[in-house]
Amino acid sequence: MLSPEEISEIEAEAAHYPRRDAVCIDAMRIVQRHRGWVSDESLHDIAAHLGMSVTDLDSVATFYNLIFRRPVGRHVIMICDSVSCWMMGYDRMREHLGMRLGIGLGDTTSDNRFTLLPIVCLGCCDRAPAMMVDDDLHSGLDPQKIDRALETYT
Amino acid sequence: MATVYVDGQSYQMNADENLLHGCLSAGLNLPYFCWHPALGSVGACRQCAVTQFKDEHDTHGKLVMACMTPAAEGTRIAIQDPETVAFRAAIIEGLMLNHPHDCPVCDEGGECHLQDMTVMTGHDYRRYEFDKRTFHNQNLGPLVNHEMNRCIQCYRCVRYYRDYAGGRDLNAFALRNTVFFGRQADGVLENEFSGNLVEVCPTGVFTDKTLKRHYTRKWDQQFAPSICGQCGLGCNTDVGEHAGTVRRILNRYNHDVNGYFLCDRGRFGYEFTNSPHRIREPLLKGQMVSADKARRHLRDLLASGTAIGIGSPRASLESNFALRTLVGPNRFYSGMSDTDAKLVALMIDVLRHGPMRTPTLHEVEACDAVLVLGEDVTNVAPRLALALRQSVRQQPIEIAKTLKIPLWMDHGVRDAIQDKKGPLYIATPYATRLDEIATATFHAAPDDIARLGFAVAHALDPQAPSLGDVPLASEIARALKHAKKPLVIAGPSCYSEAIIQAAANVAMAVGAQLMVTAPECNTMGTSLMGANPLSAAFQAVKDGNADTLIILENDLYRRAPRADVDALLNATAHVIVLDHLVNSMSGKAELVLPAGTFAESDGTYISSEGRAQRFFQVFVPSSDIQASWRWLTQPSWHSLDDVLAAMATALPQLARAREAAPSATFRMAGAKVPRSSHRASGRTAVLANINVSEPKPPDDPDSPLSFSMEGASNHPPGALIPFMWSPGWNSIQATNTYQKEIGGPLRGGDPGVRMVEPSPSNGQSYFSGIPSVFEPREGEWLLVPMYYIFGSDELSCSAPGIAELATTPHVAVNAGDLMDGEEVEVRCADGMFRLPVRIRTDLPRGMAGLPAGVLPLAGCGLPAWSTIVRIT
Amino acid sequence: MTPLIEKPLTKNMRPDGSVVDRKAYEQAGGYQAVRKVVQHGMTSNAVTDAVKDANLRGRGGAGFPTAKKWSFVPLGKDAPSPTYLICNADEMEPGTFKDRLLLERDPHQLIEGMIISGFAIEADVAYIFLRGEYVLAAERLLRAIAEAYDAHYLGKNILGSDYSLELHLHLSGGRYMCGEETGLLNALEGKRANPRSKPPFPPVVGLFGKPTVVNNVETLCCVPHIINHGAAWFRALGRTQDAGTKLFGASGKVKRPGLWELPMGTTIREILEEHAGGMRDGVTFRGLLPGGASTDFVTKEHLDTPMDYSAMATIGSRMGTGTMIVLDDQTCPVGMTWNLMHFFAQESCGWCTPCWSGLGWVERILKSMEEGQGKPGDLDKLTSQANMWGPGATFCALAPGAAEPLHSALKCFRDDFERHIREKRCPWR
Ligand SMILES: Cc1cc2nc3c(=O)[nH]c(=O)nc-3n(C[C@H](O)[C@H](O)[C@H](O)COP(=O)(O)O)c2cc1C
Ligand code: SF4
Ligand code: FES
Repeated sequence: MLSPEEISEIEAEAAHYPRRDAVCIDAMRIVQRHRGWVSDESLHDIAAHLGMSVTDLDSVATFYNLIFRRPVGRHVIMICDSVSCWMMGYDRMREHLGMRLGIGLGDTTSDNRFTLLPIVCLGCCDRAPAMMVDDDLHSGLDPQKIDRALETYT
Repeated sequence: MATVYVDGQSYQMNADENLLHGCLSAGLNLPYFCWHPALGSVGACRQCAVTQFKDEHDTHGKLVMACMTPAAEGTRIAIQDPETVAFRAAIIEGLMLNHPHDCPVCDEGGECHLQDMTVMTGHDYRRYEFDKRTFHNQNLGPLVNHEMNRCIQCYRCVRYYRDYAGGRDLNAFALRNTVFFGRQADGVLENEFSGNLVEVCPTGVFTDKTLKRHYTRKWDQQFAPSICGQCGLGCNTDVGEHAGTVRRILNRYNHDVNGYFLCDRGRFGYEFTNSPHRIREPLLKGQMVSADKARRHLRDLLASGTAIGIGSPRASLESNFALRTLVGPNRFYSGMSDTDAKLVALMIDVLRHGPMRTPTLHEVEACDAVLVLGEDVTNVAPRLALALRQSVRQQPIEIAKTLKIPLWMDHGVRDAIQDKKGPLYIATPYATRLDEIATATFHAAPDDIARLGFAVAHALDPQAPSLGDVPLASEIARALKHAKKPLVIAGPSCYSEAIIQAAANVAMAVGAQLMVTAPECNTMGTSLMGANPLSAAFQAVKDGNADTLIILENDLYRRAPRADVDALLNATAHVIVLDHLVNSMSGKAELVLPAGTFAESDGTYISSEGRAQRFFQVFVPSSDIQASWRWLTQPSWHSLDDVLAAMATALPQLARAREAAPSATFRMAGAKVPRSSHRASGRTAVLANINVSEPKPPDDPDSPLSFSMEGASNHPPGALIPFMWSPGWNSIQATNTYQKEIGGPLRGGDPGVRMVEPSPSNGQSYFSGIPSVFEPREGEWLLVPMYYIFGSDELSCSAPGIAELATTPHVAVNAGDLMDGEEVEVRCADGMFRLPVRIRTDLPRGMAGLPAGVLPLAGCGLPAWSTIVRIT
Repeated sequence: MTPLIEKPLTKNMRPDGSVVDRKAYEQAGGYQAVRKVVQHGMTSNAVTDAVKDANLRGRGGAGFPTAKKWSFVPLGKDAPSPTYLICNADEMEPGTFKDRLLLERDPHQLIEGMIISGFAIEADVAYIFLRGEYVLAAERLLRAIAEAYDAHYLGKNILGSDYSLELHLHLSGGRYMCGEETGLLNALEGKRANPRSKPPFPPVVGLFGKPTVVNNVETLCCVPHIINHGAAWFRALGRTQDAGTKLFGASGKVKRPGLWELPMGTTIREILEEHAGGMRDGVTFRGLLPGGASTDFVTKEHLDTPMDYSAMATIGSRMGTGTMIVLDDQTCPVGMTWNLMHFFAQESCGWCTPCWSGLGWVERILKSMEEGQGKPGDLDKLTSQANMWGPGATFCALAPGAAEPLHSALKCFRDDFERHIREKRCPWR
């Protein structure tokens, strides 16, 4: 069941489009903001709310990388693997993160604290390497900076 | 027409089409995947690349996709240019990177568009050395098999299923080189036309699951052109058999009728022919007897007493005529209930007197405003629903025309028209599948549906009888009036003469075409033949005027109340039944004769369009099964042509039925048309353990087809195409090579002759029998039939795949105080039934529904008032 | 006319990175251009003409003349309605970080640009299609849009005029293809971001089937300045035949990676050596991608080429987004190419065969090369695949974009590729 907040946020966005199904990406992002990810159940709820078929909605969901169709940890780390960051030490940063968290790309720590995902160029190339943790951009990374950043996410 | 130069040669091409269409129409071999003649161009696969030159001086040219380039006057292209030849080979290489190369175990092998195109481009060496991506396959239900690893991402499946057929449970997931085509989760494909995926998919991703259970390669099947017997529309099919069992049904393109597509009932319903409940030998008093003995018994009965015959709307003209001849026209009775017979006669009468004409299915697609009165089209005449899904695009397509977007630019057109739909108004007793694309719907009792029709007619023409204000009527009238090609659809589904009359009035008032539905494959034919009413047969027996009753391919329990049929069978001294499957009739007959289905016999059906079409025997059964008309034959008849000739004399209105297909004497280059591919393998080897000398193939006195792989190798006329094949084109895409122009009529004309055309001279006046408003009754329910694509048709329900999806007996009611699933007792004039309740909130107040054609409910006369009592 | 505005796009920006709010923006002369347009009787054609005279070309990468694109939109009473204006703020081209600055620091400049551009095409509704990861930009844009509505720059009858415009922010679900203008339209309609076939072109049949113009953030930000200061002034800002200023950037192992607003036609060398400070100590320059991942590598001999649309074309590359990615001698060019192809392969929408199939293959070959499993013949396969992404061969410009770095890498760094195969290892590892 969609919560009243989710519904009202979806409806606010829906007012910006002439067709209800046009808002489906926003709707999935809204639900994801509230629940961390878009479960099959949420998928059904959103589809029903917008008058779409679940198949059509999942077809859209699986196209986009910021829509999570699998559960994620409390915090999502998205580390940029594109060219500038790669040149400036992406591999080392990823290895460091992997070592610190004990997980690889696509995984979630056993305490469900972090999910580690790759992301394409974050538009932060002049301060590479970069990563986002939830809504925060962290740039000019080195292992120490990463360690300090991680501590702030509990 | 435009002059287009291809590799220096000039060709005349349709200027309203694209170059791929033009090249294929010109018989040039240009490979393609994402394009489909019914789906248009989207430019995804990039397989149809050609070089286009600016003018005759341009030697360099540029790469273009033929499917995305108009065939404009003076266009110059090269197919053979080395660069594009290499490009096309590289595209195939790209498509094959992840393809499993599992042709030997793939059901598509040997009739695979991907194989054909791979050979055509010359790609034969694998350079890709890495792992292939793999997918999980889904269980899509009993009809369609899913094997995603074979996918080449051409997007045809979703374009067909969603854009063309309106399905909502199949789509593309994910992206890049891992796009998955399927459902969100495993489950039966919901769309009634899912089976076409089997032909639309150019590889083995979607294949025929019913074929899979008794798989045989295309070249080892024996085929014959046939006509679908599962509803009244008469879609053209090809039927494949091997070793005495029917293996599958394929679409046989007929431009006027089914085009490229069939419905799932038609495609998968064939399996009843293989049923363990088939009657394969004559039965005398329950004991198997020889055919000779059966024939003798029949002759004796006929000689010793008075016999009457009951025909059947699901038997061929020839079989009905044979029975009629055998018992004499005066003792031949209609196989339809009196109500059905009256309604069908009325429909024919209306169409005969005009001025409106019944359109072909193809013409329906071009209609731009439609009113449906009383018909649950998807479940009664399924292929017509697919045509209507195209007709709602006609008005919006004008937008694309104004913007000068070529109509074959499929996505361009769709982007321009978005989800706009042209006028489609549906008035039915309950919600139907097409409601989702309707402009407005009206769910009401049959009388009120008729009233709406009468009101629309009056709004269109003040001369038509009036009845005061009816909501929606003026809106519908306006839509029809503003249309270029308005269409009205009606039929006997609601058992209401008033609905048909109202539809006729509307059509007359606005000059619309009138399409009628017919419940069975030869409803129209038997009606045109004429016969005494069925009730008269019951009466004749009751009055002691007959001691022998011959029932042709007809389960009377579906035509009349159980008690009446029981009484009839008990009162008749000798009952003879000819049929395909064991049923309650055959159980009670003295003599049962194994009647050939469409697969084991030849014959002619007349479709709801009034089109007489021939089906041909696919194989010679090893048992005594033969065409009913052969069991009932006259001494002077030696072949089907003799029956047709006799019929032409006896029933001049049916004389033209002979023209439905060439006669048995027809030859191509002196040879018959072979039923199997010249690649049929091991014909001699199959029986080598018994005898190494090859048996002579059976003769076929009834048709110009041979039971063999020998024969004429060029393309036969449309009515005689056993399977689609051309050199290099082994898949059903070979259809292209049988058409004058891609997507147009078959070379030599589309099969079938129209038997019902309006004769404008004797114009008709408006009907005026307007029924009064439906009044719900306290404590009573008006029972109406509810139709099911899987369940309402008799024979297809004996096909295991269809049976799995078929509806079961129940009573549908709007909530009231009843609960979904609870058992109730339904009483009406024709009986009492204990049934589970299904809540259908779309049913209007005071009405309840019974699934049509589902035993034991099928025989009771509807609509009928009933009581519904909770069982406590 | 204010005498000296050499850096119109960035003039308001604060060193601390904070946002210029409406007040500050207005104090700096902001929204004057809107007033000029809606209140002082400029016609939509006059606005388009000014932009045409200014020779403004799209800053999204392709450099299409902006006024020309606008001119395809049907105007007047009989035109289909609504008409849409879309700001393409999907910035996802690797190595590109220019629009982020404009969005985060001076959102009103963009909004003003959109109002005027919307006026020119008689748009009724506008959307900013923003990359989902640009969270800060989203916050600031939302606030700025609200401020603009409050001050009647947006909404019904802007500043009391006849012109009305609704502006909405849409956050992308995330895909490079959303930046491709027709993929963007599909994404905004809540569909998969596959590209659309052209014709019909978006100015005729765009969002929801209606006339639509898609412009880049930077393009739109130029528009108010053209209106304020005139076409001649704008043209004069450029050093070569191309007009205006441009945000140029550099990333990689340069001394001072960053972003600078400079005259169009500034040479590559000036950007690299003066603004970015040259290479870091200890590394040597090998080549660069001048304008994001989908441009051809250029090497030493081309450093004096002016960064403008035509000069870059003459050296077989493109200006692209104007943000260069610099390759040094300590970085493996094969690895870099692999990284780029990995990006393109991953972002391929899956529509046309040469792209989804070819990129996947190319990426696997490059990966195997980096891992020491390269084979003789691999380079031919790479070349033949890159040839499959030529003009007309694919459905949209994504794969042709990938062809540029691949082709040029194979040309510029052929020895390095061959060494990988010969030595069966990556010499940089
Ligand atoms: C794969 C692909 C991605 C693109 N991404 C962007 C983008 O993120 N931002 C952008 O402004 N243009 C992008 N473009 C270019 C747009 O298609 C379009 O040309 C541009 O937005 C037009 O704006 P302009 O005329 O103002 O440059 C992309 C093109 C392609 C082929
Ligand atoms: S080039 Fe083809 S597959 Fe690649 S992104 Fe464009 S349309 Fe999609
Ligand atoms: S058939 Fe032309 S691109 Fe697919």
